[in-house]
Amino acid sequence: MNQAGETRRELALDCFLLAGKIMMESGAETYRIEDTMIRMAVSQKMMDSHCFITPTGIMFSPSNEMATRFVRINSRRTDLERVALVNAVSRRLVSGELTLQQAYDEMLIIDQTDYMFPIQIQVLAAAVASGCFLILLGGGWQDLPFAFIIGGTAFYTVETILVQTRVKFFAEFVGALVIGSLASLVIYVGLGQDLDTIIIGSVMPLVPGLLITNAVRDLMAGHFVSGLSKGAEAFLTAFAIGAGIALVLSF
Amino acid sequence: MNWPLEAFLSFLAAGAFGVVFNTPRRTLVSCGLVGMSGWLIYRMFFLMFDDSVQATFAGAFAVALVAHILAKKFKMPMIVFSIAGIIPLVPGSRAYNSMRSIVENNYLEAISFAADALMISGAIAMGLVFAEVLMQMVFKQQAKRIQKKIGMTRN
Repeated sequence: MNQAGETRRELALDCFLLAGKIMMESGAETYRIEDTMIRMAVSQKMMDSHCFITPTGIMFSPSNEMATRFVRINSRRTDLERVALVNAVSRRLVSGELTLQQAYDEMLIIDQTDYMFPIQIQVLAAAVASGCFLILLGGGWQDLPFAFIIGGTAFYTVETILVQTRVKFFAEFVGALVIGSLASLVIYVGLGQDLDTIIIGSVMPLVPGLLITNAVRDLMAGHFVSGLSKGAEAFLTAFAIGAGIALVLSF
Repeated sequence: MNWPLEAFLSFLAAGAFGVVFNTPRRTLVSCGLVGMSGWLIYRMFFLMFDDSVQATFAGAFAVALVAHILAKKFKMPMIVFSIAGIIPLVPGSRAYNSMRSIVENNYLEAISFAADALMISGAIAMGLVFAEVLMQMVFKQQAKRIQKKIGMTRN
C-alpha cells in the first residue's frame, strides 16, 4: 500500500465518521446513519466495512487490514436541517458529483455552522404550538393567551437552563415546574378557566416526540442497543416533566 | 366540530414544531401539511368509531405514509417530515390525567389512564411501522418495474 493511498483512506474514514457524528448529534435515526455511512464507504471502494452505532459513540471498521476507528458523541439535540444537509452531501458523494476532499470540506462547514432559528423565533413557535394545542384539545378561547404565554416561557426556561447546565432532565423538570406554577397562579387569580387544558397545551413543546419516534423505529429496525437507550432517554424526560407537574399539583 | 378551524390549527401547530426542531426552511409548509393530515384523519376516526387507539393508529399511519412520499419527493430523510406530524397524536392528556390521579391518591384511575396512554403509544408505533413496511413493498415493486423496462436484470 503506497503513501498516497494510505492518506486517502484516512481522509475517507474521517469523512464517514464526521458524517455519522453530525447526524447522531442532530437526532437522526440509527439505521439511517448506518445506511449513509455504508453507502459512502461502498462508493469509496470499501466493500467490507461494518459500523456499529449507539447514541453515545460510533465504531467504524473499514476492512480487515485497517484499524477500527471510534468517535464519541457527547451532546444530542434536534436539528433536522443538519440531517438533511449531511444526507444531501452523502448523496452527491455517492453519485460521484463531489470528490472525497470536497465532501469532507462541506461536512466540516456543516459541523461548524449554527443552523438553528434565533431563540426568539423558537420561543414564538413554541408559544404558537401551545396555543394551537389548547384549542385542539378542547380548551376555551378565553384560556388561549395564558397557554400562549406559559408555553413560550417554559420553552425559554428549558433552553436557557440547557445552555447553562447541560443537564436535560433538570431543565425539563424546571420547565414543567414553571408551567405548573404559572397555570395554577392564573387559575388562582381567577383569569383562567380550566387548569388541565392549560397545562397540557403548554407542556406539548417539551414532549420528547423525536426520541419516542426514533426509539420505536430503531427497535423495529433491529438496533436494540440504541432503541432501548433512546427509549430510556424519552422515558426519563417524560418522567421529569411529570414530576415537575405533579410537584405543583400536590400542593 | 369545526373542520376548517381544526385543519388550520393543526397545520399551524405542526409548522411551529417544524421551527422548534429546525427542519429545513423550504419544507416547513410540507411539515404543516403532514401534521394536518394526521390530525384530521385521527379526528375523523375518533368521531366515527369513538376509539382513540384505533384513531391514533390511523393518524400515525397517515403521517408516516405522507412523510415517506414527501421524503421521496424532496430527497430528504423521512424523519424531517414525520416528527412534527406525530407530536399531536402523543397521548399528553392521558399521561397528565394519570399523573394527576396519582397525586390525588387515586391509583386505580391512574392505572387505567396510564394503560390507555400506553396503548396509544403502541398504536403510534404500529402505525409508523405498518406504513414503513407498506412503502418498502411499494418502492421495491416500482424499482423492479423500472429495471425491467430498461432491460436490467438482477437475480
